[in-house]
Amino acid sequence: MTTPGQTVGPFFGYALPYAGGEQLVDRSHPDAIRLHGTVLDGAGDPVPDALLEIWQADGAGRVSREPGSLHRDGYTFTGWGRAASDRTGTYSFTTVRPGATEPGHAPFIALTVLARGLLDRLFTRVYLPGQDFAADPLLSALPRERAETLCAATDPEGLRFDVVLQGERETVFLNHD
Amino acid sequence: MSDAATQSEISAEIDALAGRGGAQPKLDYPPYRSSLLRHPTKDPQHADPETIERAVPVFGHRDVDPLEADLTIQHRGEPIGERIVVTGRVTDAAGKPVREQLVEVWQANASGRYIHKRDQHPAPIDPNFTGVGRCLTDQDGWYRFTTIKPGPYPWRNHTNAWRPAHIHFSLFGNQFTERLITQMYFPGDPLFGLDPIFCSITDQRARERLIARYDHELTVPEWSTGYRWDIVLGGREQTLTEAE
Ligand SMILES: [Fe+3]
Repeated sequence: MTTPGQTVGPFFGYALPYAGGEQLVDRSHPDAIRLHGTVLDGAGDPVPDALLEIWQADGAGRVSREPGSLHRDGYTFTGWGRAASDRTGTYSFTTVRPGATEPGHAPFIALTVLARGLLDRLFTRVYLPGQDFAADPLLSALPRERAETLCAATDPEGLRFDVVLQGERETVFLNHD
Repeated sequence: MSDAATQSEISAEIDALAGRGGAQPKLDYPPYRSSLLRHPTKDPQHADPETIERAVPVFGHRDVDPLEADLTIQHRGEPIGERIVVTGRVTDAAGKPVREQLVEVWQANASGRYIHKRDQHPAPIDPNFTGVGRCLTDQDGWYRFTTIKPGPYPWRNHTNAWRPAHIHFSLFGNQFTERLITQMYFPGDPLFGLDPIFCSITDQRARERLIARYDHELTVPEWSTGYRWDIVLGGREQTLTEAE
């Protein structure tokens, strides 16, 4: 019998975030992009006490088996990062665009969302802009406007992806069972 | 800021929702007021896990110092409170151990106070206790922490709201889809039935899986008491349909 989840609560800020957590690659990396956005609640207000974790393949679609995510050396791509939202509900990662891990499928970054007030973690995916929805099993299974909540937008610094916990433009969250 | 509800109003809401969810917390759980605007209203979309989601981040001795598993040695002096060992085994739903994987914990001190700057509870800060630990599971999935038994603490969900004593746990499994953040509780806590976070798992037998067991075999003579808490990751849908 599996162990139930519980909210991350309000006091994770001194325990889970760590120096370099949001930097999967150095900003000077030739392929470095910024993945950033705002976490919003059902009233459209920013969520200042959320924690986001990403897990992704490198640019060639390779899954890293390297340790070192908690102790960045500036060279090793581990594929994992953690960032808390700030007072304005904004989060930011420095990373690279992932390659697809399945031939023909749209490449994505796996994202876990945690927050005070959220009783269990949520899973979602951040797809790169400009994907062929019809070719991807998840994007094609969703109505167009729902699938679009999973797609990052291009912005001058890289990729923008808002997480909407509730409401009209609620992000699609995933169940993998 | 604080909700005007009394404990008896919250308890009535908890009672009305008893058994209405499953073996996982009910995300839409109004007795926990902060969940009102923070729970998704649409059903989760099924997605077959892809390669990246069937893999999991790797952590190693580069990431975690073995000393981080002892929360009582992070400062010059001994922290105040009941010294405890908390240990158990992490497995996946198939019973396979989760080997060499990261376990993170954080908690209040013996008087129910977090070091976090937003914790306003007027209970003493212990200069010898931060309340943050990490370890890697061993080859058989075992984790082990030495710490101080946390105290219960008040919060502003409703008037006279108190959390049962708990340790926050963060775990990774054998797949990314098994990621778990939860809380471990102590046996016999009188606050269980009053707490909307604990009771958000409306199946009583399921929420009892969050309660550690006192284990005298783990108690160290002249040193600390011992608690055992095993963790099973993943396979969530099965827990709803499997007859126990
Ligand atoms: Fe807590």
